[in-house]
Amino acid sequence: MKHLLGFLKNYKKESILAPLFKMLEALFELFVPLVMKKIIDVGIANGDRPYIVKMCLVMVTLGIIGLTCSLTAQYFAAKAAVGCSTKLRHALFSHIQSLTWSEIDELGTSTLITRMTSDINQVQSGVNMVLRLFMRSPFIVFGAMIMAFTIDVKAALIFVVTIPLLSVVVFGIMMLTMPLFKKVQKGLDRVLGKTRENLTGVRVIRAFAQEPQEIEEFEESNTLLTRLQMRVGRISALTNPLTYIIVNLAIALLIWVGALRVDAGLITQGAVVALVNYMSQILVELVKLANLIVTITKALACAGRIEKVFEIQPGMVYGDAAAYTDKRAAAGTPEYAVEFRNVGLTYRGAGAESLSGLNLKVKPGETVGIIGGTGSGKSSVINLIPRYYDATEGEVLVNGVNVKDYPMETLRDRIGMVMQKAVLFTGTIRDNMKWGRGDASDEEMYAALDTAQAREFVETKEGGLDAKIVQGGKNLSGGQKQRLTIARALVRRPDILILDDSASALDYATDAKLRRALREMDDRLTVFIVSQRAASILHADQIVVLDDGRVAGIGKHEELLAGCSVYQEIYYSQFKKEDGREARA
Amino acid sequence: MKTSNKTAVSRENAPSGSPSNQGDGASGRGTENQKTSGQKHTRSYHSQGQKNENRDTLRQVLRYIRPYWPFVALSILCAAVTVALTLYVPILTGDAIDYIIAEGLVAFTPVLAIVKRIVIVVLCTAFTQWLMNVSNNRIAYHVIHDIRREAFHKIEILPLKYIDGHSYGDIVSRVIADVDQFSDGLLMGFTQLFTGVITIFGTLLFMISISGKITLVVVLVTPVSLFVAAFIAKKTYSMFQLQSTTRGEQTALIDEMLGNQKVVQAFGQEDEVLERFDEINDRLEKCSLKAIFFSSTTNPATRFVNSLVYTGVGLTGALSAISGGISVGQLSCFLSYANQYTKPFNEISGVVTELQNALACAARIFELIAEEPQLPEAADAVVLEAADGTVSLQNVAFSYTPEQKLIRDFNLSVRPGQRVAIVGPTGCGKTTVINLLMRFYDVSDGSIRVSGTDIRQTTRASLRTSFGMVLQETWLKAGTIRENLTMGKPDASEEEIIAAAKSAHAHSFIKRLPQGYDTVIGEDGGSLSQGQKQLLCIARVMLCLPPMLILDEATSSIDTRTEIKIQNAFAKMMEGRTSFIVAHRLSTIQTADIILVMKDGNIIEQGNHETLLAQGGFYANLYNSQFAR
Repeated sequence: MKHLLGFLKNYKKESILAPLFKMLEALFELFVPLVMKKIIDVGIANGDRPYIVKMCLVMVTLGIIGLTCSLTAQYFAAKAAVGCSTKLRHALFSHIQSLTWSEIDELGTSTLITRMTSDINQVQSGVNMVLRLFMRSPFIVFGAMIMAFTIDVKAALIFVVTIPLLSVVVFGIMMLTMPLFKKVQKGLDRVLGKTRENLTGVRVIRAFAQEPQEIEEFEESNTLLTRLQMRVGRISALTNPLTYIIVNLAIALLIWVGALRVDAGLITQGAVVALVNYMSQILVELVKLANLIVTITKALACAGRIEKVFEIQPGMVYGDAAAYTDKRAAAGTPEYAVEFRNVGLTYRGAGAESLSGLNLKVKPGETVGIIGGTGSGKSSVINLIPRYYDATEGEVLVNGVNVKDYPMETLRDRIGMVMQKAVLFTGTIRDNMKWGRGDASDEEMYAALDTAQAREFVETKEGGLDAKIVQGGKNLSGGQKQRLTIARALVRRPDILILDDSASALDYATDAKLRRALREMDDRLTVFIVSQRAASILHADQIVVLDDGRVAGIGKHEELLAGCSVYQEIYYSQFKKEDGREARA
Repeated sequence: MKTSNKTAVSRENAPSGSPSNQGDGASGRGTENQKTSGQKHTRSYHSQGQKNENRDTLRQVLRYIRPYWPFVALSILCAAVTVALTLYVPILTGDAIDYIIAEGLVAFTPVLAIVKRIVIVVLCTAFTQWLMNVSNNRIAYHVIHDIRREAFHKIEILPLKYIDGHSYGDIVSRVIADVDQFSDGLLMGFTQLFTGVITIFGTLLFMISISGKITLVVVLVTPVSLFVAAFIAKKTYSMFQLQSTTRGEQTALIDEMLGNQKVVQAFGQEDEVLERFDEINDRLEKCSLKAIFFSSTTNPATRFVNSLVYTGVGLTGALSAISGGISVGQLSCFLSYANQYTKPFNEISGVVTELQNALACAARIFELIAEEPQLPEAADAVVLEAADGTVSLQNVAFSYTPEQKLIRDFNLSVRPGQRVAIVGPTGCGKTTVINLLMRFYDVSDGSIRVSGTDIRQTTRASLRTSFGMVLQETWLKAGTIRENLTMGKPDASEEEIIAAAKSAHAHSFIKRLPQGYDTVIGEDGGSLSQGQKQLLCIARVMLCLPPMLILDEATSSIDTRTEIKIQNAFAKMMEGRTSFIVAHRLSTIQTADIILVMKDGNIIEQGNHETLLAQGGFYANLYNSQFAR
């Protein structure tokens, strides 16, 4: 709640004025029974027609003032709620962007998206409702009680007993149902999960003829959900009857007490009517409140979910610029572009190390190949260089300075990253190239496209660099996407280029051309190539062979082929021993 | 009583990868849940055609409600009793007040009798009210339970064509979000509309019984509030539309950027992205404020009309009280009726839009339920037992869409134990063949026979379980590793499971998981790597060892070393089993008995390695460009 209230602070004026005007409106509403009492006690009792007309005009005036107040309140409430949620969305979006890969892994993207969208919308409704009604209802309830006191203190004591009793009922039911609501939501989760699963896995389910089992499992979750909903429903169903009983018993009591007081000449008949009216007003408000509470409960739950995201602090502290400059100077001209010193990495929540004891020194301009089996830690190695994850052991140095001492931008500006999954964004090819460097010229983009073997197909596209890319790059083939992501990284003119298994969708010839172009490009460019194909890394200056997170060997191709059994196995699985011809498409 | 509990979670789980669903903010789902804002108004005005559609939907809804008619009857009865009793209380109160005239003029005996009666009436009302709420809950939740069940049953028998052609997000949102929205509306409809309508007629009757003149005032003024509400709703419609589209735009950006957060960070584009986000966010703020404010004027406006009604009753009532037309007690009673009478109008103007929204949602679910299912199985369908592995395709023609013919006059005859390799460039439609063999799709002409029987004459289950299928797209269900492995053979023994896992080279990593074979994996394999998932899919097939195999790039995500080991296991498994292999590996292709060469969805060449090379056609080209250097 801390954050949410913080955002409301920006709308202090609105969040105070909205309930205030709402209360003013309620106040005028409270006067109505009083005016009616006057009509009965004075107008009817004296047969004074002009007085009655006058009082009715007063009532209309009260109505108009009430309308004005109410509209003002609605406006301020809407403004505060919408403004607050806009700011909240901005803050949450920017906060999520500051999270590191570890935190994103932990949270999962889909839940972040729903928190950004539907949860914030719920909160917006909640704030709007609270500002409009939550103040109004208690105000009417207590206001009615105070008005009752002005009529007759003794009779008003009935209100003093009734109101706490009503609060107990309303809040008691709220407390009882809240945990049940959570259970219902979990039940819904299961139903949803099952439905999704049967769509994504439709082929497998039908291939194994699992439909009957799936229906049975779905029915189980579905029935459980219904049972939970019914349970909540049964308890919630008590709210209205219980409040109805309490209020009407109070009315009965009021009549009896009123009868005694009127008989004793202490109050008038009109006063009794007014008292009964006030009690009825309380009932009306409570019914509204009961409906409101569901919204509030939901908004609270959503606010809690948003709050959870805010509570996650980015787990990395980046070096500040000044300290970095000092360290940079102290490092002098470093001998190595990248250095791993006894590096280990355990992903958060994982039981075992994904990488351990890695020592590697890479001179500027060298090409490093990284090869190994599924889950051997290839990607872990290269993710440490741009500090997507922090090494849990040892240290990683780029240009002689620990990556932890770099300001984030300084570090990442030096690195061109091409990830396994080729991701492009909606927009033109040019827009996507600009991600590499915002001020890149067309010539520079074309140069990068040339190197990435992408120029040819870009030029055939209508509009060339201005050709549109739809969401997810669906209008491009896998190979085209991959080449564009490589070009994007090259536009940046990085010192270090990292290719994380990023040529997998290219055919062999293009892959080879790409590597040749990279070699010819700039002799200072340090390149890391992660690949499953031995052919892609054959000619690297150093090859790191990983096996189950451990280094199985580091060296040149010939050395490894002579002395590293893991490398031999990989190599010969792809090249026939005799002629060394690649046997994989 | 509204016991809506749904939205938060249902939306939370709305699949993220479905732009069609999320972009569609206008549908009132997914991103839309503004109870207060009057979003529902967007649905309140529609054409005549939609009205007929609504009537059809309503008829369907009634069909689902019918089994619960005793509860409906009970609910209506309770509503009537509740309303009658609720309206009776003001009469009693008024009567009592007429006995409390002034000092010394109080008739205690009748007052006490009335008070006693009030207590009894109130207790009865509360009971019937509760009974009504409970029955309504029961009807609503059971109806949606039934609808969900039927929707899910339909999903299980929908032709693959439908599922392939629709985004998962859309279907899921129908089963979850739409059903929920509908249940809300149904519940509200039952409780508020019933009692509302009954209250209006009840109060009218009571009021007429007291004074016709004053009743006329009430009846004439009240509908004004409905007109006001309708007027505002009409005016705000376009504002809500704008809000929905803007919101859809924003969701699309959020989906794209948060979905690829790692790339955004890798390129340090956070500020640029935030800037784009803020631009939309600001626009959203402006149009949301407009929409919410203008729609929220409905309530104050109608309440103002109501206060006019109240005043009107006060005026005419007081004047006629002076002339002795009615008593003060009757006036008090009348005033409270005026309030009770106008309240349903207020609510109904809200409920009607809510109901329309609910109906629109129901229509989307019924659309799914009414979808044409796959061809039902023939009554005399044969259970394919111990297929020998003969597969023959005769004059097969097939296309996904009638306009675009894909496969024409395709003949193929596979003897038991033969290996068929399917090759061709990416996207050439290799999976089409699998779709036909597994009868995920039916041929449009010709026939496919397995063991001599036309596959349309066999039961789907027996046909499909005769094939062991490993696809490139790995799929595992949420559950334990064991449950996933034994999918094709529920009664497998521990030894068999471990043996299968070992031959798929999955045993060693499974053993290292926290609970071994009983480790629960999340939806779609959860935290397992792509390669590990593929190993599990292979083990799953290795356990049930069906007579025929379909391997669609089954080892694409596995590293080459493990792949070679698995290949050996595959080779052993394929011995004596007819297998169809979508292949990229030269050795597999070369040793295949039959090679099908596919291009642009069609089978263009067929034969073995040597004959195809000799033909010098597409295959020869492919071979020379890709495999030889």
